[in-house]
Amino acid sequence: MKIRAIMINTFREAIRDKVLYSLLFFALLMIGGSILLGRLTIGENIKIIKDMGLASISIFGMLIAIFVGIGLVYKEIDKKTIYTVIAKPVHRYQFLLGKYLGLILTLLVEVAIMSFGLLLLVLSYEGHAELSILKAILLIFFELMTITAVAILFSSFSTPILSGLFTLAVYIVGHLSRDLLAFGAKSENAMIKYSTAFIYYSLPNLDNFNIKGKIVHQALVSWEYLSFAMLYGVLYISITLLLSMVIFQKRDFR
Amino acid sequence: MKKVSALHNLNLEVEEGEIFGYVGPNGAGKTTTLKILTGLIYPTSGNAWILGRDIRDVAIKKDIGFLPEGPYFYDYLTAKEFLYFYGQLFGMRKREIEKKVGELLDLVELRHVKDIQLRRFSKGMLQRIGIAQALINDPKLLLLDEPMSGLDPIGRAKIKEIILQLKETGKTILFSSHILSDVEMLCDRVGILTQGRLIDVGSLDTLLGSGIKSIEIVTSHIAKDTLREIETVAEKVTLRDEKLVIVVNGEEDKDRVLGIINRNNGRLISLTPGRKTLEEYLVEKVNREVAL
Repeated sequence: MKIRAIMINTFREAIRDKVLYSLLFFALLMIGGSILLGRLTIGENIKIIKDMGLASISIFGMLIAIFVGIGLVYKEIDKKTIYTVIAKPVHRYQFLLGKYLGLILTLLVEVAIMSFGLLLLVLSYEGHAELSILKAILLIFFELMTITAVAILFSSFSTPILSGLFTLAVYIVGHLSRDLLAFGAKSENAMIKYSTAFIYYSLPNLDNFNIKGKIVHQALVSWEYLSFAMLYGVLYISITLLLSMVIFQKRDFR
Repeated sequence: MKKVSALHNLNLEVEEGEIFGYVGPNGAGKTTTLKILTGLIYPTSGNAWILGRDIRDVAIKKDIGFLPEGPYFYDYLTAKEFLYFYGQLFGMRKREIEKKVGELLDLVELRHVKDIQLRRFSKGMLQRIGIAQALINDPKLLLLDEPMSGLDPIGRAKIKEIILQLKETGKTILFSSHILSDVEMLCDRVGILTQGRLIDVGSLDTLLGSGIKSIEIVTSHIAKDTLREIETVAEKVTLRDEKLVIVVNGEEDKDRVLGIINRNNGRLISLTPGRKTLEEYLVEKVNREVAL
């Protein structure tokens, strides 16, 4: 109930912020713009549309997750709005969880609107709605939830600029971490071996969520794989949020 | 970063049903005290209890209302949404919240702007909606941090009126302020904090002394000879608007001056006892403390 109230309040703040609408506008513009790019290639235009559409959802979702996520807690402390909330019978973990879920709800609505746009476009091109796209979008959403959790973790002890840089770094390295592990395994140097393994296991392996290529090229992605990726996401998010709560619990709001 | 100890061995007792004024210079630790009591910061050592319960117990906050210093609120919410949100944080039912929100909007006279976003509120209105959010749970203890700072005289008068109204309903109120005339007007007891130490606690009468400091006598129709006689007794004699203003120290001198005026057929216009103000007392006390 209390978590829900904070979640709704966070969602309300987001939807009353004009920045979000401009981001959404650009995302839809990019999805629409894929028609033009599709025209430039012969025969493959539907693939281009799907590819660009999914990439737009992923990138704009990530932008919202990072930019809103890093300010989520910081803004409350900076603007002192947190004072009145913590003075109520609310546990700090409830506050943090409410903030997180509020942003997830915002992302859900954004992703739903973008997906609707993409599906509509595909429908108008192919004449039938291709639901396998939804599988890719589902995992994109899990990736966004993971990134948001990481952004919250950093923002629970750091400034927005540093949190933004850290989160962006995690996003980039998270997509390369499997390559890093493979690279480390080949190395003779124990130091490199262990440090690449450490990075691989501590940072999220975001490639787990990336099935865009397969979906665009109509390769089959099994439900077993989807379940594995989602479970991985839930586990990673839980640990990250737990860590944020421990840090947040100890903070003084001066 | 240098660690600064903001409070030392603070032992503050507030009695039920009273208005307690928490005063002291900037940086004395008033806000720190309130932040510790509301769980915003943790004391490096020691404990605090409110209403007999340890403040680390989150449930204790059900009986507390808190208005932080300076109005910082969710400005994208309307007044009604804002109060509704805080009601939900207490786990109140929808109908219960709606009833309470209506009552509070009436109390702070903001019903006419209930559907307007807080970003369009004036400072005085924000302070009032802030008091309303602190009252949503019908708390036993109300903690107000500088509720009157930055407000115009009309805004201050409104807040004072609300505080007195709340006292009548039996609430215990602790408020910090450096507008000492307000504290003097509202509080039953006062605590003076300086450099993190509580240096004095008591009712205004005990602190300032019920003894009269000086008395101002205003007269007219005084002859020159009489004036000379008065000047031998009085502390100060001045002419204001063709009236004679005489300041004397103590009851005895007052009686002597009044006797002189009577004997010489002077006309007495007014007689005002003046006592030391809280401001004078505080400045004196703090200066002495700093000098030690």
